[in-house]
Amino acid sequence: MNTVNDTDLQQRAWHAASQVVDPEIPVLTIADLGVLRDVAVSDGHVEVAITPTYSGCPAMNMIALEIELALEREGIRNPKIRTVLSPAWTTDWMSDDGRRKLRDYGIAPPQVGSGRRALFGDQHVACPQCGSIETEVLSEFGSTSCKALWRCKSCREPFDYFKCH
Amino acid sequence: MTAASITVSETPLVLYTLRRADDALILGHRLSEWCGHAPAMEEDMALANMGLDLLGQARELYTHAAKVEGQGNDEDKFAYLRDVRQYRNLLLLEQPNGDFARTMTRQFFYAVFADLYWRAMMASRDTTLAAIAAKAEKEFAYHVRHSSEWMIRLGDGTEESHRRAQTAIDDLWAFTGEMFSVDDAERGLIDAGIAVDPATLRSRWLKIVSGVLHEATLILPENDWMQKGGRDGRHSEHLGHLLSELQSLPRTFPGAMW
Ligand SMILES: [Zn+2]
Repeated sequence: MNTVNDTDLQQRAWHAASQVVDPEIPVLTIADLGVLRDVAVSDGHVEVAITPTYSGCPAMNMIALEIELALEREGIRNPKIRTVLSPAWTTDWMSDDGRRKLRDYGIAPPQVGSGRRALFGDQHVACPQCGSIETEVLSEFGSTSCKALWRCKSCREPFDYFKCH
Repeated sequence: MTAASITVSETPLVLYTLRRADDALILGHRLSEWCGHAPAMEEDMALANMGLDLLGQARELYTHAAKVEGQGNDEDKFAYLRDVRQYRNLLLLEQPNGDFARTMTRQFFYAVFADLYWRAMMASRDTTLAAIAAKAEKEFAYHVRHSSEWMIRLGDGTEESHRRAQTAIDDLWAFTGEMFSVDDAERGLIDAGIAVDPATLRSRWLKIVSGVLHEATLILPENDWMQKGGRDGRHSEHLGHLLSELQSLPRTFPGAMW
């Protein structure tokens, strides 16, 4: 109906939603992660579409709540948060900026190419502390669903690796 | 006051989806029983993480089943308010954890199957099932690698670890056939391109399993008598115990929130 206002509302809603961070990796926004898929407005009502990273990711409920709060702070009432499963999220959707922020935070970013080769081929994961690729995996499963536990053989520090998906 | 069991309109697609959801929930629950008991910290986290993957898959599948059924049921009602005869999971997955070797053997047998199965299901004509499959197959790829490495370490480890792994293989073998069985309800879905025929995956499953067991110096059993029943609600006594723990709170305090 009022397309000018709807466009403005859509932009404000997207901006507010895109600032929401992952509760488990607070340096990454849901836009960096590729979890925020769409913000649509019709007749003044906002609908935000998000996609889960991992099937069992417990952060998704928290993220949905945070989006609602962020929009409320923008004065946007009763937004609808919708979960979309298709197409399935992959680590390839993580932005370059997101990868850099992750590395600065001390987590090795996922390798690009989430196919089975990345999952099962030789992995060369650079240490986020010293940059060495003399690293080894300690456990495929780390402190959260998205991470594996690695160790650097050069600087001897353990680190998290955001694993390919 | 206790909550009564729900009734479910088991059309073929509802039944099909509940079977896979129950597989994920029951195995996920079994893995969660290890939390705080695993032999090492890394393993404790690994088992809990895999349990979480399965719980997530179960939630998506139950939600899909509820939508297809359209009778006002939801993920919680399916999980908490069906009795043992209404559960449709594979018998393999309800078997008790036993020792670590038994848990890993159960995980290995199933993960190799599930990885193949969900990869094939990515082509399902049901777009929700295809999307759930796309996530699940990547998750199972990690479960396969994890459990394969353990089978090799246990089998090719000490005399005791080898003995425990071989005992688990021999005991659980008779439950593996059910993964590949198909009934009339599913035949129609297979013909319609919605479900995958698991029987077509059997030779690939066997090849992967025998390859790992060979490397692990473990022996693949030769008996081909297979136990079935879980898909139709005929379960071992173990599932009842599991459900009484899983369901006690929502059954005793219906609608409890915190
Ligand atoms: Zn280093």
